Amino acid sequence: MDFKPSVFFEALTSPAFIDGVKVTITLTVVAMAFGLALGLLIAILRSSPWAPVRTAAWAYIWIFRAIPTLVQLLFVWDGLPQLFPTFRGDWFSAFLAASIALSMNEAAYAAEVFRGGLLSIDEGQRLAARALGMSPARVFSKVIAPQLIRVTIPPLSNDFITMLKITSLASIISLQELLARTQTLVASTFRFVEYYSAAALYYLVVVSIFMIIQAQIERRFVWMSRPSAGMSAIGRVRQFAALR
Amino acid sequence: MTDQPPIGHLLDADVLGEAAASSKPGTAEYVLEAVDIHKRYGRNEVLRGVSFGVHRGDVKAVLGPSGSGKSTMLRCLALLEPVDAGEVRLEGRRIGVRETSGRLAALPERVLAKERSEIGMVFQRFNLFPHLTALGNVMIGLTEVRGKSKGEAREIAQTMLARVGLAQRASSYVSELSGGQQQRVAIARALVMNPKVMLFDEPTSALDPELVGEVLAVMEELAREGMTMVVVTHEIGFAKRVADRVIMIDAGAIIEDAPPDQFFGNPQQERTRKFLDAVQ
Ligand SMILES: Nc1ncnc2c1ncn2[C@@H]1O[C@H](COP(=O)(O)OP(=O)(O)OP(=O)(O)O)[C@@H](O)[C@H]1O
Ligand SMILES: [Mg+2]
Repeated sequence: MDFKPSVFFEALTSPAFIDGVKVTITLTVVAMAFGLALGLLIAILRSSPWAPVRTAAWAYIWIFRAIPTLVQLLFVWDGLPQLFPTFRGDWFSAFLAASIALSMNEAAYAAEVFRGGLLSIDEGQRLAARALGMSPARVFSKVIAPQLIRVTIPPLSNDFITMLKITSLASIISLQELLARTQTLVASTFRFVEYYSAAALYYLVVVSIFMIIQAQIERRFVWMSRPSAGMSAIGRVRQFAALR
Repeated sequence: MTDQPPIGHLLDADVLGEAAASSKPGTAEYVLEAVDIHKRYGRNEVLRGVSFGVHRGDVKAVLGPSGSGKSTMLRCLALLEPVDAGEVRLEGRRIGVRETSGRLAALPERVLAKERSEIGMVFQRFNLFPHLTALGNVMIGLTEVRGKSKGEAREIAQTMLARVGLAQRASSYVSELSGGQQQRVAIARALVMNPKVMLFDEPTSALDPELVGEVLAVMEELAREGMTMVVVTHEIGFAKRVADRVIMIDAGAIIEDAPPDQFFGNPQQERTRKFLDAVQ
């Protein structure tokens, strides 16, 4: 069997690899942050009293879920500069293009998660908050949002893990994230297994750290004075479900 | 678990602080008045001209078959839904609308919210906030609507919880409370806002029979202390004991409005008689 541990450990600790991991994590966080914000807005617009707004929000979800993420990425990176000369400048980096494409893509999925979450909240909650005299902004931030966060943590955590992995698509547009770095090193050494194993290990570690953070957050949203052992078992099952 | 409350002094000024002291009774004949209210959902006319008034300190019981519009009427009175025609008056002042240069317009939601805080509402299914403790549920109106500090709100809420017999359950989350306890928290949540009138929408119909009594006890104490109340209920016994007047609603209109002994002893309308036969 041809596997050189020394090459593997060299790969793990090489600065190029670590830079790639940083880009991967940063892109994931940026794309999720903008994607979730835009997704929440679209979910709220989906129940707008104004029909054209509802239709526009629906169309957004329809388009961005139907078109493959890779096509969206290439469209932003290669298509936008062709359509609009402003995008031909140096400022339009691969990182920026990937951030735009991936967050717009995520927004479509997050909008559906948020919409489901909003529908799952009993209408009586809004009614009771309004009856107390809370302003619309307070009704949302103090009553709806906490309940929305609780029900959307598991599916959005899933999205986060998916995002971490699909950032590797950006290697196509020459973004120097983890996979692109790996491929460069493979091309010069022809040590496929060692380098791909090192990359896989990095993805595994990042996802594991994220799963620990997720469990911590979920624990804060168990609304019981004494969270029982049963609840954390459910938390564990959810984590494994998120891995698939 | 036996925490049957020594209920009492729900409306003491020392609980509600200066808010209670500053709300002088108005001079209007009615605290709450509905004037020819109409409400429709699409083609379905749910309220067809509802008019009545509640005097200060009176309890109005509202009876009527399912689907007759009782909940809709309460939601309109609480300004949770706009009326299509007619007026809601609180201490003689028309609420829910604004008159600008002779024309009436619905108030923006933010202004409506302020007016709603003067009216207490208790729901059939409690509608407590599950992400908050019992104490948190009672505090939230004080901090988020009345602008009180956390400390002050906590003190007021704690006292009010004690008065509905739930001092021991302050730190329990909603899912850890029985239905009767939840409804008492919901009443406390409304009461700390020092409302001018309390509206109850079938407050005991979602409860197991053995839990009905503890909620009715709180409501009776409230009535005794002079709270103005409108109570939609199927509890005939409660209506007989506590109400000053009883209303019968059928198909979106009030068909009978009488003191309890007359309402139950000698109803004028055939439909009232049939309804009472069916529920008793
Ligand atoms: N938000 C709504 N949209 C459309 N129709 C509604 C709405 N709320 C109530 N209705 C209709 O209005 C009518 C009266 O309903 P309402 O809930 O006021 O009756 P109710 O007297 O409270 O009945 P119950 O005793 O079953 O609670 C019903 O026909 C109901 O279907
Ligand atoms: Mg009803």
